[in-house]
Amino acid sequence: MVVGTGASGSMAADGVEERKQMSALIVDDNSVIQKIHKVIMTKLGFETQVVDNGKMAVDLHTSGCSFDVILMDMEMPVMNGIEATKELRAMGVETMIVGVTACSLESEKQAFKEAGLNECFVKPLNMEEAKSLVKKLNKEDN
Amino acid sequence: MAYVGQLQRKFVEYTKSLYREGIVDKQFTQLHNLQDESNPDFAEEVVTLFFTDSQRLLNELTNALEQQDVDFNTVDAYVHQFKGSSSSVGAQRVKDLCISFRTLCEQQNKELCLRCLQQVKLEYASFKSKLESLFQLEKQIVEAGGTIPTID
Repeated sequence: MVVGTGASGSMAADGVEERKQMSALIVDDNSVIQKIHKVIMTKLGFETQVVDNGKMAVDLHTSGCSFDVILMDMEMPVMNGIEATKELRAMGVETMIVGVTACSLESEKQAFKEAGLNECFVKPLNMEEAKSLVKKLNKEDN
Repeated sequence: MAYVGQLQRKFVEYTKSLYREGIVDKQFTQLHNLQDESNPDFAEEVVTLFFTDSQRLLNELTNALEQQDVDFNTVDAYVHQFKGSSSSVGAQRVKDLCISFRTLCEQQNKELCLRCLQQVKLEYASFKSKLESLFQLEKQIVEAGGTIPTID
C-alpha cells in the first residue's frame, strides 16, 4: 500500500528540511500506458502505484491512501475516469487529478474536465507535460 | 570496427525509413528518450508488451465480428484500446486505421468493419516485423561492441 501524504518536508537532524518523496497513482486499464506513465513518473522522483480501473482508485482512497497526483484514464471497465473523478471529489479528495485520454471528441473531454479534473492531456503523457505537473505541485506546496 | 560502422549506418537508414514511410511517429522517439542506464531496453520492452496486448485485441475483435449479431459497442471498445496502445508506441499507421475503424463501428457496418480489421491485421503485422528487425539490428550492434546511434 503506498501512501503519499503530500510534498511537505520535515526537518533532518542537521536542520536541513527534507522533501518527502511525492507519490503518483496511475489509473489505466492499458498495460502499455501503465508502463510508460510509471517510468515517466518514476524518473521525476515519484513513488508510483498502478490500478486498472476507477473503482480501485476510489477503494484505495476509501481505505485511507492518499497521493500527490492521480493520472486518470477516461475509458475503463468497472468504473470509468469520469465516474471515479466525481466520486473522489465527492469524498473530499483534493489531490491533483490529471485526465489522460485517447478521446479526441471535445465534448467527451469537456465532460471529463467537468467531473473535477485539474488538467487533461492526450495519452500518453510526455515528459514535458509531466514536468509541468511537478512545477504546479511544487507551486501549490510553496 | 568497420563492421560496427556498417551496422550503425544500416540502423540509421532503417530507422529513418520507418519515420519517412509513416510506420512510426514522434511517440516512438519519446519511448527511446525515456531509456537510460536503469531502463536501457525500455522501448523494446514497451513495444513487446504492445505486441502481446495487440494479439489479444485482434483475437477479441475477430471473435466479436464473427458473431451473427455483432455487438458494435464491444467492437468499438476493443478498437479504442488498440488505438490507445498503438498511439502510445508510435505505431502511426495502425493508429490511423483504428480511427477509421471506430467510424465504421459507429455506422454499424459489419462488412466494412471486417475489411478494416483485415487491413489493421496486415498493417500491424508489417509494424511488428519491421520493429523486430530494428531491435535485432540494435542487438547486433551491441554484440559487435558498438553503441546505438541516436537519430535526430
